Amino acid sequence: MGFEKFLFYCFAAITVVAAGMVVTRRNPVHAVLYLVLAFVSSAVLWLLIEAEFLGIVLVLVYVGAVMVLFLFVVMMLDVDLAALRAGFVRFLPIGGLVAAAMAVQIFLVVGPANFGLEAFPKPPAAPAEYSNTEALGLALYTEHLYPFEIAAVILLVAIVAAIRLTLRRRPDTKYIDPSAQVQVKKGPDRVRLVKMPAEGKVETP
Amino acid sequence: MELWTSLPVIVRILLGIVAILLPLLGLVAYYTLAERKIIGYIQVRIGPNRVGFRGLLQPIADAVKLMFKEIVIPTRADKGLFLLAPMIAIAPALAAWAVIPFDAGLVLSDINAGLLYILALTSLGVYGIIIAGWASNSKYALLGAMRSAAQIVSYEIAMGFALVGVLVAAGSLNLGAIVGAQSGSALTWFWLPLLPLFGVYLVSGVAETNRAPFDVAEGESEIVAGFHVEYSGMAFAVFFLAEYANMILIATLTALLFFGGWLSPFPQAWVDGVFLLDDGFHWLLVKVFFFMFVFLWLRATFPRYRYDQIMRLGWKVFIPITIAWILVVGLAVVYKLPPWWAV
Amino acid sequence: MTFDTVNLIPVLPEILILILASAVLLVDLYVKEAEKGTLHTLALIGVALALAATLLVGGGERQVVLEGHYVRDALSDALKAMILIVGLLVFVYSRDYLRDRGLATGEYYALALFALLGMMVMVSANSFLAIYLGLELLALCLYALVAFDRDSQRGAEAAMKYFVLGALGSGMLLYGISMIYGATGSLALDEVAAVVAEQGLENLVLVFGLAFLVVGIGFKFGAVPFHMWVPDIYEGAPTPVVLLLGSAPKIAALALAVRLLIDGLGGLQSDWQGMLVILSVLSMGLGNLLAIAQTNIKRMLAYSTISHVGFIFLGLLAGTADGFAAAMFYAIVYAMMAAGAFGILLILSRRGFDAEHLDDLKGLNDRDTWYAAVMALMMFSMAGVPPFVGFMAKLFVLKAVVDIGMTWLAIVAVFFSIIGAFYYLRIVWLIYFDKPTTDAPLTDSGGVRVAMSLNGLAVLGLGLFPATLLAICQAAFL
Repeated sequence: MGFEKFLFYCFAAITVVAAGMVVTRRNPVHAVLYLVLAFVSSAVLWLLIEAEFLGIVLVLVYVGAVMVLFLFVVMMLDVDLAALRAGFVRFLPIGGLVAAAMAVQIFLVVGPANFGLEAFPKPPAAPAEYSNTEALGLALYTEHLYPFEIAAVILLVAIVAAIRLTLRRRPDTKYIDPSAQVQVKKGPDRVRLVKMPAEGKVETP
Repeated sequence: MELWTSLPVIVRILLGIVAILLPLLGLVAYYTLAERKIIGYIQVRIGPNRVGFRGLLQPIADAVKLMFKEIVIPTRADKGLFLLAPMIAIAPALAAWAVIPFDAGLVLSDINAGLLYILALTSLGVYGIIIAGWASNSKYALLGAMRSAAQIVSYEIAMGFALVGVLVAAGSLNLGAIVGAQSGSALTWFWLPLLPLFGVYLVSGVAETNRAPFDVAEGESEIVAGFHVEYSGMAFAVFFLAEYANMILIATLTALLFFGGWLSPFPQAWVDGVFLLDDGFHWLLVKVFFFMFVFLWLRATFPRYRYDQIMRLGWKVFIPITIAWILVVGLAVVYKLPPWWAV
Repeated sequence: MTFDTVNLIPVLPEILILILASAVLLVDLYVKEAEKGTLHTLALIGVALALAATLLVGGGERQVVLEGHYVRDALSDALKAMILIVGLLVFVYSRDYLRDRGLATGEYYALALFALLGMMVMVSANSFLAIYLGLELLALCLYALVAFDRDSQRGAEAAMKYFVLGALGSGMLLYGISMIYGATGSLALDEVAAVVAEQGLENLVLVFGLAFLVVGIGFKFGAVPFHMWVPDIYEGAPTPVVLLLGSAPKIAALALAVRLLIDGLGGLQSDWQGMLVILSVLSMGLGNLLAIAQTNIKRMLAYSTISHVGFIFLGLLAGTADGFAAAMFYAIVYAMMAAGAFGILLILSRRGFDAEHLDDLKGLNDRDTWYAAVMALMMFSMAGVPPFVGFMAKLFVLKAVVDIGMTWLAIVAVFFSIIGAFYYLRIVWLIYFDKPTTDAPLTDSGGVRVAMSLNGLAVLGLGLFPATLLAICQAAFL
């Protein structure tokens, strides 16, 4: 067994176990952290098939940004998992049936008969100076320019939608406007000098 | 078995790791001393001077003290995660050093996507802080963790964009190649054409490491000590190590990406073969020490930023600046602006 | 891989809509609250410009540009023009409603324009990737628009249901696409078609992928048994949004089905025909039967949509050029009828009051004879009463089905549409033979009357002279 194969089985096992933990943990924070582990170990699997750009970006985007925000929210919420699991036993038979049917179908279709090594032989190893970052960039900005642009529009729509649905200015909140604060000029904005007439001599009793 | 044939490679890599980490940890220890001394002098004090000659053994005394202290675990804390958090904090801070080149060709792992790797690993550091904050079962810790997570995620964007500028300018993600692209003299280093990005990167680096003046995650005077308020002994020391290792990492990256790494500031023709003036590791060291000093200098000079001001700076100032400058750099590269991108 | 700006000429309508949508977002930042009407004008100008561009660059040979992701042919020209026309109607009808409720913000116009863009992308897609992305762009805009009235509980609930079920549908579609990609090794429709022609039904992976594709298409059309979201969303969303999502997207969904099932997997027709028969019969049956029981007119129209989707599927499953043309005719006509019907509901609504119940239509004739006539016309047309266009659409579809020898299916369809006629005619009864419950004025400023008249006349005129539109539809499938 080559070292790479050994690594593959290690990280594949970690991914599967972590993914299983995600659905079985009682504590939602633990579940999210197991999901992070599953992402990291699948990134390693991607590295093993020489897709280093995608592997690193998976860590950077999903683990480094998306899951942090996710964890953030989960920590703030008091998720009552008992309530969520209430219907678990009741729906278990039908859920199990559907899952089993899907599994059998997928095994029949995606199994080795159609996607085995004969249909998809191992691709030749890339030469040493091959950079898949560059190759990916070329493909994205030439061949797939149009889908890439549409994806950009989709992200823009997501931003607009998210802001529209959540941002509201409540009239009763008091907040500081930092940009107004930092624009305060040294002169009249900070200090106001008031000229007052002298009050004259004060009588001392 | 094939597994055994790869053994020599593994041993070589392990030795390389040791060769990097031991000096690094030593540097971290003495960086803490330097911090106390330098800030002391800036504030017209002497700083530690009792342990050893001029206080030189102080870090060792601190280490011994921390090692023998009890690690107190708060009631109802999540014990496993509480102990895991410091390790998660320090692991990426150390692992990032794998792709840092110290001299031409002197690097543990010379990978193509080096810059991305660094970015990915530094983005993982936040997990240590969040987990510590949550697992401590303490309100101050949770507040600190929340502040820190929001701050790190925000500044990561500005930092990432600044690095995109470097990547566009150098045309490579490999750190060695990025240094190579700056060869010439101090004027051809990237700090000049990428001046706004350099500023953004340095400030974001300070924010990413939660250092003053962006240390709201610790905020001694507001939330006691933030995310690590419940930690003691070695667990606390590991957080401390991670923070300083990260600062050194940021300083090194600044030197590599914007200040030509190990390149000599003088034109090659003048110093070719001249001892200490030619390119070499010592130049990198000088530059790194300078930026490490800047970190301390900032801490001694500026008062802490307010939280909303930090967010505003990151989102409304830095991100627009970086996006605009990436456009400028892109145009400069396409139209081969001399002297940096002359044919 | 060379890039040439000439390649961008066929994409001009999409580019114009994108620019205008972005301009709306920017202008929104600088106009005062009182001047938000500018955005309405801007949106109308944008759609009109895109319509002009569509007609300008349209016609002539089929063009495939942008590395094979984009196609401009007779089908895309016709469907895009119709989508934009319906889009114009939507904007005109919904202005007063939105203004009265403080919803006429830049985001509404931007999202609606982006939704139109998504539909146009779907119509012009020549690869699975472009189809899927266009679909997602449309769906994302619609999710946000359904929840657009933030203070409405029902809107939020509807948006949530729409989002979850829509994501499920997209997931099915994507899973099917991934199977087909695995089996054929390509995402381009013509290359997939070539492989399918070669392997046909022997490739199990293809058949498996096809089943998921049909489920996905069923979800997006809202065909039974994937119709659960339709009534709740129609009921919960603000009426202008229902107007938008109930009209033009049907045309885009038709394009989705045509591109996927005919352009891509035409070789598997014998396989998807059976699936569509089931979807079609169930949709016609359940849609028409449940519509009778509704008292909420938006819900009733939702079930009516489901039944019309069944008819559109009839044309598709025929599998002949005439059948496809009939389905296209039906989808276009349905979009116009739906726009008119929801437009009348918007006219009946006013500040603080939404026309939603059948009772709200009572005695419309006494309040405004012309609008009553238009609404009656729409209802007659939807019911399929000659000489209105709805009858023609049904006739062409049924003829296509009879032509391939599935007479029993045509009889079933006629049977259900006779049942369906009941609830359409009930509305006509309410309009003409009941006393109005209120005498509040109707809201129809700013060209609504003109647009509604044109809409009504189109439904009548196309019914009397269907040849032109039919010829356009037939040209798309030559």
